[in-house]
Amino acid sequence: MKAMHGPKHLPILLTGALILLVACIFASLAFGSRTIGWHELLDGLFRPAVQSYEADVVRQRIVRTIFSLMCGAALGVAGALMQSVTRNPIADPSILGVNTGAALAVVIGLAFFNLTSGTATIWFALIGALVTASFVFGIGSLGRGGATPLKLVLAGAATSAALSSLVMALMIPRSNVMDRFRFWQVGSVGAGNIDSIWTFFPLLAFGLLTALIVAPSLNALALGEEMARSLGVRTGLVKLLASMAGVVLCGAATALAGPIGFIGLLAPHVIRLVIGPDERILIPMSAMAGAVILTFSDVIGRWIGSPGELEVGIVTAFVGAPTLIFLTMHVKGRE
Amino acid sequence: MPGIMKVEHVTSGYGEQMILNDISLEIPSHQISIIIGANGCGKSTLLKTMARLIHPTSGHVTLNNKPITKMAPKRLARVLGMLPQSPIVPEGITVSDLVGRGRYPYQSFMKGWSQDDYEAVAEAMEMMNITEFADRPIDELSGGQRQRVWIAMALAQQTDILFLDEPTTFLDITYQVEILDLLTDLNRKFGTTIVMVLHDINLSARYADYLFALKQGRLVAEGKPADIVTSDLIHQVFNLRCSIMVDPVSGSPSVVPIGRHHVREDEDELATKLEWV
Repeated sequence: MKAMHGPKHLPILLTGALILLVACIFASLAFGSRTIGWHELLDGLFRPAVQSYEADVVRQRIVRTIFSLMCGAALGVAGALMQSVTRNPIADPSILGVNTGAALAVVIGLAFFNLTSGTATIWFALIGALVTASFVFGIGSLGRGGATPLKLVLAGAATSAALSSLVMALMIPRSNVMDRFRFWQVGSVGAGNIDSIWTFFPLLAFGLLTALIVAPSLNALALGEEMARSLGVRTGLVKLLASMAGVVLCGAATALAGPIGFIGLLAPHVIRLVIGPDERILIPMSAMAGAVILTFSDVIGRWIGSPGELEVGIVTAFVGAPTLIFLTMHVKGRE
Repeated sequence: MPGIMKVEHVTSGYGEQMILNDISLEIPSHQISIIIGANGCGKSTLLKTMARLIHPTSGHVTLNNKPITKMAPKRLARVLGMLPQSPIVPEGITVSDLVGRGRYPYQSFMKGWSQDDYEAVAEAMEMMNITEFADRPIDELSGGQRQRVWIAMALAQQTDILFLDEPTTFLDITYQVEILDLLTDLNRKFGTTIVMVLHDINLSARYADYLFALKQGRLVAEGKPADIVTSDLIHQVFNLRCSIMVDPVSGSPSVVPIGRHHVREDEDELATKLEWV
């Protein structure tokens, strides 16, 4: 009897992924503007009594590493969900206007509500992302056939364009807002602290769990709306849940770390190339791939930018663009 | 559960535009029924309405006297399967993965793949002669093989009733016959009630136990092919003049169309030479 619930080499893939994960955690702890030796690394990790500059650096990097793993996982899964719901291989949550919605809310907060604290910024960004995504989903669902992929993409693109110009209109006359906004706008995982991890955790857990629950229904939905409904899928509900999970995941990551591009696109594509289109494996593996790619990008950014650092949003764009071009050339086109 | 499906005074369509007009019928259980009619007459709409892909604006479709719109989607999906006209093939999917997706109505989040699921998939692939392709990507298969994969997926769903919307379109004649033979096997082996929309009137008359003829959203005739296929009916339904012959292979009625060209002058003589039904 053949295994029909996944590729036969799944154990090998899982082992490989775990090794990569451990390697990137190690790299993230050990490398940066200052390279830490093996001994100091162990001091920082397991010997809280030891007080040294290196051990403190490692302890700070633990938070940064966890935060970046969480952001990467969230963005990877959000991308996988959006690509599946919109049936568009180049979709990521920005297609529902999540990034621009979050940006607009942050700008409004800075301009009119005198936002100062980091936590308040997070909630503004998150609400902005959710409101925008619901708005886009609402418009995309109007008319015959409900929320078709094409209508969602069009509604998202139009809304994004409109909101971007609003962001500009609000920001340009206010130079102080512009400065603070720019700081948020370049994605960075360096801003993460223990508070952001605790804010992030429930949202991440909700998003991942929802994604895993809807995965089999997304598999059926991939065969087309009619086929899915014939199989007993409540397609409207599934699309709503999947998009909501995607928006919460991406919205939370964006709110905390700023807009980080390409991970949502890259992670699911790499996984799809290796394991195929089964969402039940694709979703958890995209979380893993997103976490690994983002964390490695952050390490590269710290290493290249030494003695300062290069924000991870910039690195992912540099790593992502060539990889995407490579993927476009090697992924078989649809007939 | 035998699954008696009835359509009661159904009016249905897309948005404002009404396509089906007060249709009532009963699907003969354990038989192959084929819906025929001209393009745009509502064949597919009728099939989709019976498969609850379209909700009727008035009237009901019932299964064992219960409206299908009131049944839980997954429960209904264990009794009634439907293969739409153009389902989507996810990129890079293998044959066994696709067939396995037919098991959706039997699975839940907590309960993974059961022995029943594996057996149903293996049996469906066996029946459609695609076991040898199990691990191949669908993109590599021919049109006829792909259609067998889709039907295997619908079989894995193990329903008493199976709807197919033009399962032979875009296939060449060899594959059309092969698909219809396989569906007949399925009907004879498991007693599956099959309802399909088919364009080819002659293959319909040969393979159907029962025909439903639609014109402009209304049911104009139903019955066994030998009883209802007449040149008058074909003229009424398709607006086409024709002669009806007996299909020398199956003994079912066969339609020979009469166009404006290539018609012999002596039509009376022609009529006497052909065997009229």
